[in-house]
Amino acid sequence: MKDIRQITVTVNDQVRDLVVETRRTLADMLRHDLGYTGTHLGCEHGVCGACTVLLDGLPVRSCLIFGVQADGRTVATVEGLADGTDPDAQLSDLQRAFSDQHALQCGFCTPGFLMLAEGYLSGGRPADAGEVTEAEIRDVVAANLCRCTGYQGIVEAILATARSRLDPAGRERGDGERGDAGLGGSEQGTGR
Amino acid sequence: MSWVGARVPRTEDARLLRGRGRFADDVTAPGQLWARVVRSPVAHGRLRSVDAAAAARSPGVTAVLTAACLPAGLAIPVRLALQGIDLSSYLQPVLAAGVVRYVGEPVAVVVADDPYAAEDGAELVDVDIDELPATLDAKLASAADAPRLFAAGNVAADFTLGYGDTDAAFAAAAHVSEIEIQIGRHTGVPLEPRALLAVPRWAGGGPDRDGGLDIYGMTKVPVFNRDVLARMLAVPAGRIRAHAVDAGGGFGVRGEFYPEDFLIPWLAVTLRRPVKWAEDRAEHLVAVNHSRQQSLTLAAAFEADGRILALRADVLHDNGAYCRTHGITVPELTVAMLPGPYRVPAYAGRIRVVLTNKTPCGTYRAPGRFEGTTAREQLLDVAADQLGIDRVELRMRNLLRSSELPHRRALSTLGTDVVLDAGDYQGLLATAMAEADRLGLASQARLPPGPDRSRGVGVAMFLEKSGLGPQETADIELDETGAIRVLAGGTSLGQGIQTVLAQIAAEALRARVTQVASEILEAAEDDLVLDHGTVSVRGDPESRITFGAAAAAASPPGLRARGRFDVSHMTYPYGAHVAVVEVDHGTGQVRVLRYLVAYEVGRAVNPALVEDQLRGGVAQGIGGALLEELRYDEAGQPQATTFIEYRMPTAVEVPPVDVLVCEQAPAPGNPLGVRGAGEGGISAAGAAVACAVRDALGLAGGVGALPLTPARVRGLAESATGSSPANRAGSQVRPASYEESR
Repeated sequence: MKDIRQITVTVNDQVRDLVVETRRTLADMLRHDLGYTGTHLGCEHGVCGACTVLLDGLPVRSCLIFGVQADGRTVATVEGLADGTDPDAQLSDLQRAFSDQHALQCGFCTPGFLMLAEGYLSGGRPADAGEVTEAEIRDVVAANLCRCTGYQGIVEAILATARSRLDPAGRERGDGERGDAGLGGSEQGTGR
Repeated sequence: MSWVGARVPRTEDARLLRGRGRFADDVTAPGQLWARVVRSPVAHGRLRSVDAAAAARSPGVTAVLTAACLPAGLAIPVRLALQGIDLSSYLQPVLAAGVVRYVGEPVAVVVADDPYAAEDGAELVDVDIDELPATLDAKLASAADAPRLFAAGNVAADFTLGYGDTDAAFAAAAHVSEIEIQIGRHTGVPLEPRALLAVPRWAGGGPDRDGGLDIYGMTKVPVFNRDVLARMLAVPAGRIRAHAVDAGGGFGVRGEFYPEDFLIPWLAVTLRRPVKWAEDRAEHLVAVNHSRQQSLTLAAAFEADGRILALRADVLHDNGAYCRTHGITVPELTVAMLPGPYRVPAYAGRIRVVLTNKTPCGTYRAPGRFEGTTAREQLLDVAADQLGIDRVELRMRNLLRSSELPHRRALSTLGTDVVLDAGDYQGLLATAMAEADRLGLASQARLPPGPDRSRGVGVAMFLEKSGLGPQETADIELDETGAIRVLAGGTSLGQGIQTVLAQIAAEALRARVTQVASEILEAAEDDLVLDHGTVSVRGDPESRITFGAAAAAASPPGLRARGRFDVSHMTYPYGAHVAVVEVDHGTGQVRVLRYLVAYEVGRAVNPALVEDQLRGGVAQGIGGALLEELRYDEAGQPQATTFIEYRMPTAVEVPPVDVLVCEQAPAPGNPLGVRGAGEGGISAAGAAVACAVRDALGLAGGVGALPLTPARVRGLAESATGSSPANRAGSQVRPASYEESR
């Protein structure tokens, strides 16, 4: 006998009512019941972070949360990042930075990194935290696993977005669109 | 502007960034069932019975199937048969019958209307096994009196590749150096686990004229896999349609034909329902091909001036419990590629392929080269120190000169003669050393390390191989809307093939479209301007035609062409890695501080994507060198079944990687002059890191084993005596006397 509940959850600003088995993970509920297949499952034990979504604005591993725990709460997935849901909607600054900096190859871990970064960028970093550093971004990025890129593009993309969004001086200088060329240790060597 | 060679942004990005990729588990079919594989919990035993009764009664379960339900005698065939060796005694059955030989071997499959119900059912399948002693050590397993895993014995292959009189060369040598090194068991581990959806196309309860099977999730070699599946299902290959999907990384392991690649389609055909299977990570780590595990003993005979006279290798390859699709590919490549880019007048490489009670092995990115390069480059550093010759200089003296290419080695691999095609190995190494100097890698290594730490530099040279199709067919279509479609058998594994094929097609089409438009517009080709699907005459904007109009003018509408490329020899890219590490003698932790790859790619269709490949490869190589290991306990229980135990590098373990993509030596064997780009980042990463750790610790011999875990490094640090870190660190990196060596 399945233990089921009726819940209401707001996903990417849309209110969804559904009936879900209590043991069903938030990831499976999003993917298979609601059709948000952009949320990916890489390990199902909370390490790789491919399934990261924002629950009430904070990054969570949706493989470690039950769907019923999202009852009455808001969930943000990768599908909601672009400005609008139609296929041609403008990509967000973070998404564009990922493409510019070659922060993805196979794209499987990408939604998790995007939501992790979005949570970090919009998660109330203290105003007195000082200038965003590469080390700080590397620490954030180390929460998730990527097997393709070696992380350099991911770090550069999030750093660029962080500088333009969080650092007023950087925004005024207008240097937030591209990663700091000094990151790779050499402008010529990194080649982009 | 030329399309080939341009840093074109990836066409894959927009959909992947929006969460609109289509990976196999994202595809669903109406009425689909979910499969869950029941796997052996023990490493070795006699399978007495599989009781499915309780599972069959479990809510939501549709069917439980065991080996008895399958057609008899099914086994996963070898895709690459090499050196005339018959492996038919060692093939893996689809489901175990009689004997289980590794933890994770499929013994039954449960099908249910929901994945949770399928998992519940799988837990209720009662597998009764009489345990037998597990054989886990390849050396012990290769002994004549070892317990037999197979009636045919535990050594599936034992052969030697080589040429020349090595015995005479070793007898006459001024100096002989020898090392032993073990490469740890690790593998590709793409972020997306395997998944398959098989959808039978039936109308009205029986196969109609259009009946057949749709498969989502086949990749890498879909044409081969489709043909294997057709043979095993006894249906015409044309009835099976493999649909291209996004794949979350391949790295050699994804896209091979595994037991599940028969099981899931067979269930769909048998049950006449769509069946989906999505493995979890714990399954993946015991079920997908493992790789790398080898013990190598390597000896080189030298003249007093450091010139190599001969090389001898003895490689023990732990292949796990069965020979799967790759057969002996990995060990064959290990010994065939071991001489690398060097002048080796005499060579003998012996390989023994040994079966043990562990997950079967196959290829992982740079198969055989990661292992062989690690061993050879360690040996060269040990020999250089013994001979009192600078480590880079020793390599310079022994690298084949460009005037010596093409160079034919009297051995074969992958069924082809080894002919090193073209290039300038010494020039590449000199370029790499100059770049390392310019980037300050040596000076970074000389910076004072923290207390109880030392720094070291490792330089490794490598030879890669690629480009053995052996054939490919591509179609191109221009339709009346002006859209161009390219159809090819190569599949997307995340490398950006969609972008690169579009670049190549655009380049080729420009010439062809200009030619056609020149006839229609009655204008000289030089006067034509191509822009966004329109051809116009310079200075006469009214005189123009769209691609679509040109296609519509054709009868029937649309223009299409098919091309086929056949190739009989590989191309051999090459490069050098330089790593700077810091070793903590107290904890044994190794940090990679800086990394440089210089790589000759022949011609880069998209240099940005080549750099991506190199950087990603380095990260994986650092994983294999320092972190990743698929360990077993003494009973054969796998010890790495989660990402807690299987330690892949994160952003804090992978340093910024500098890459230098060289296009000095176009490959002579293909029209674009391209060489492979996928493996140059990993091929020498084990070698460079191992050489750097050896340098940092001031070891007289080699490092002995990879991965260099903290425990192993502490052991090495304790064994190293008699030299202070300050004297050793960074001493070996300086621009080599390249001109002298020429």
